[in-house]
Amino acid sequence: MQDFDLAAVLSNPEFRQMLVGGLWMTFIVAIGSWCLAMSLAILLLVVRLLPVRITEWVVGAYVAYHRNVPTLVQLMLWYFGISSLLPDGLQIFLTDNNGEAVFAIIALGLCQAAYFSEDLRSGLRAVPAGQMEAARALGHGFVGTMRHVLMPQAVRNALPALINHSVSLFKNSSLAMAIGVAELTHAVKEVENQSFQTFETYLIATITYLVCSLAIMAAGAVLNRRVSISGAR
Amino acid sequence: MLWDLIDIIRDNWLLLLIGQYPNGPLGGFAATLILSTLSIALAFPLSILIAFARLSKNPLLLWPSTVLVYVARGVPLLMLILWVYFMVPLLIGANVPGFVTMLVTLVIYEGAFLSEVVRGGIVALGRGQMETARALGHGYFGAMLYVILPQALYNVMPSILSQFVSAIKETTLGYVINVPELTFAANQINNQLLTQPFQVFFILAIIYFLVCWTLTRLALTLERRIARKRAGMPGIPLSLNPQSQTAEL
Repeated sequence: MQDFDLAAVLSNPEFRQMLVGGLWMTFIVAIGSWCLAMSLAILLLVVRLLPVRITEWVVGAYVAYHRNVPTLVQLMLWYFGISSLLPDGLQIFLTDNNGEAVFAIIALGLCQAAYFSEDLRSGLRAVPAGQMEAARALGHGFVGTMRHVLMPQAVRNALPALINHSVSLFKNSSLAMAIGVAELTHAVKEVENQSFQTFETYLIATITYLVCSLAIMAAGAVLNRRVSISGAR
Repeated sequence: MLWDLIDIIRDNWLLLLIGQYPNGPLGGFAATLILSTLSIALAFPLSILIAFARLSKNPLLLWPSTVLVYVARGVPLLMLILWVYFMVPLLIGANVPGFVTMLVTLVIYEGAFLSEVVRGGIVALGRGQMETARALGHGYFGAMLYVILPQALYNVMPSILSQFVSAIKETTLGYVINVPELTFAANQINNQLLTQPFQVFFILAIIYFLVCWTLTRLALTLERRIARKRAGMPGIPLSLNPQSQTAEL
């Protein structure tokens, strides 16, 4: 093993560019799939609230599938499997346009949507039933009750779990390297292969991941404190 | 489509089940199961020690254990695998098989997450149990061993089972360092067939789903039974819903 030399990796413009590019791609995958997951989670929550038995069952199956199949397998199913069922023109288009990243965002987003929607649902269930009855009695309609009375409390209840799962999503974006997305872990492997400075490269990546995760946790804690209502249970 | 699935399973069930054993290393579902069971079995005692360290007031115990837990929570498992893959041969001076690399990584990672589960169980029990045990003449460790841990560990059994499900899902990452397990076997089949990737990975997803879903249901049943049994007693950690605290992959 060579001597410890952090500068050898950081001062090399090529390596630096690969690592920064990787971090950028990690952000794109993480933020893209977060947005997809959150919108889908809200949709799933609304669908689950519909007074129809079958939707309850369908959403339940969706959540069970995405929580019980390893994320890596979901990624592979999308990237190797479902992509092969698409029409040829679309496949070629995706191959030319960073299709790995698109499939990574779809797979991670759909998977995380299951977790987010469960978080929101437990948050909603933790709101006492009297809140709904009281709001209805005061003349709110169902939608108004949801929007002005129930959801503000439900989201506050769900916030810690949503933040935890957002950190998981950020960490899971590293799995995209298995299908060839050039994100941070992928870039780290490349730099390591070229520089042979394994320890330094891993250290840089680990600290970067750790700082980002801790930043999300800290931001979540601040948000939690800002929105919490003093005196509330 | 359905016939394709049946054909693939009929031709490759042995590879999916035990890999290339006895002509090669044990792989397939058997390796997945052994890897996840061993990792939880070894991580469990480790997690109790980490939980004690996290609850201790001694900074020499508190700080390293806190750092370990936050590193495990903040760094992707894949990154830890790369570290172990690189460090273990350096430390012991010999190459180790991928299976061992994966086992070491999982024990550290699961140990950190399980320690939070165990700590949650101990904290949820409340101070009264400890104070009473001490008042009755137990020392700190005696009280822990005979009074606190039996109750805390019993209460968090469902979460430990959920962590086992997580471990099964995490073994898939062994694929990245070529550990022969279930995902690896499916990729081998896919490379042989070349034309039916959807069918192969669909089968893979179904297998994982059936195993993990069954275990998740079992954890839920267990949780309800424990909650019923201990109704009115202290220490049911409400926040320790099996789904909410475990690592997820």
